[in-house]
Amino acid sequence: MMKIMNRLERLGSSGLTICGNFGRCGIFLLRTLFRKPRFKKSFPLLIDALYFVGVFSLIIIVLSGLFIGMVVGLQGYNTLNKFGALAQLGQLIALSVVRELGPVVTALLFAGRAGSALTAEIGLMKTTEQLSSMEMMGVDPLWRVISPRFWAGFISMPVLSCIFSAVAIYGGYLVGVQWLGIDAGSFWGNMQSSVDFYDDVMQGIIKSFVFGFVVTWIAVFQGFDTVPTAEGISRATTRTVVYSSLAILALDFALTSVLIGGW
Amino acid sequence: MFRLRTIEVIVGLFMVVGFIALFILSFKVSGLTHYVSSKGYTIYAEFDNSGSLKVRAPVTMSGVRIGEVTGIQLDNKTFKARVTMKIEPSQNDIPADSSANIFTEGLLGSNYISLTPGFDEPPQVLKDGSVVQETHSAIILEKLIGQFMFNINKGEKK
Repeated sequence: MMKIMNRLERLGSSGLTICGNFGRCGIFLLRTLFRKPRFKKSFPLLIDALYFVGVFSLIIIVLSGLFIGMVVGLQGYNTLNKFGALAQLGQLIALSVVRELGPVVTALLFAGRAGSALTAEIGLMKTTEQLSSMEMMGVDPLWRVISPRFWAGFISMPVLSCIFSAVAIYGGYLVGVQWLGIDAGSFWGNMQSSVDFYDDVMQGIIKSFVFGFVVTWIAVFQGFDTVPTAEGISRATTRTVVYSSLAILALDFALTSVLIGGW
Repeated sequence: MFRLRTIEVIVGLFMVVGFIALFILSFKVSGLTHYVSSKGYTIYAEFDNSGSLKVRAPVTMSGVRIGEVTGIQLDNKTFKARVTMKIEPSQNDIPADSSANIFTEGLLGSNYISLTPGFDEPPQVLKDGSVVQETHSAIILEKLIGQFMFNINKGEKK
């Protein structure tokens, strides 16, 4: 009987901890978002954060976009060749990249490249007590450190996703048209007639906005919430990557079902 | 100060590249632009059945693209499909007795309109607003199969 009670107690306390974490996460987000805007002072900070989050992620995004486009082109070529429907290759590449691969792969790479860096940076700031000394000086760390990084992630993720999709489609063009000799006119023509701007491209962009929001939120919160030790930072970084990857994939399913259902 | 300036420039470039990518996605990939600009002249053709012809399908002559379909409506009186086509301005001496056919690209492809030139001498050509008189409707595969099955059944009864 005692054992069962102990188990129940542990279960209950872990449930409460999870609820508490979610609550703190939400309050943290609200405090970051809703505050008196100070555009003039925070703009340079935002630019710095954009440089750190967005521009540094550009190379990995462009390279992986190119390779993913090329791989989809090759696979599609081999499969479509069996049906003699090679003219539909452009459509296949564009739809799969714009709707699905672009936002999801970009978000996963973004979580690995920028999210983990954000967590480690903020975590180290907390561990070395930079955040508390800011507070001592009367500077709100949420405004000075967290908010610009959050907005930078939110802004740069859709930009990166657009770049990824465009590069991937050119990668597919490279393989399909330049190397394997599909007619360029039917490649682009079929793509243009089947890809719709509002249904397909906008869907990808909406997805990437949501992913950018969630990934940076998780990254920034994990950094801010780090246990201030070396081990704590490493745990927080790992958690950022794991949680944001899971969140991306789960949200992708939910978003796709909502968006395809057509609201 | 100098460092911040460079960073600002690089971030600006980053955003510009992003917008270029969005531009490519919207115009090159999803085809928000039209193949024929607002120039060109409009001709009409009435088909008994337009099949699965879609707006922006190509209009070709001898396999060369010369324009595109800009609209498909049902004529309320004749109950025919009235197809509006925009032809490039450079193609301004198509004989007036040309015929329009709806063909299919391959077995699984999409429909397109093919103009077959007539034999009129150049004085009578298609102009803005003229109607192509002779049309051949889309070939519906199911119909053909139906006719084929019907014929087979008739053959067996004999």
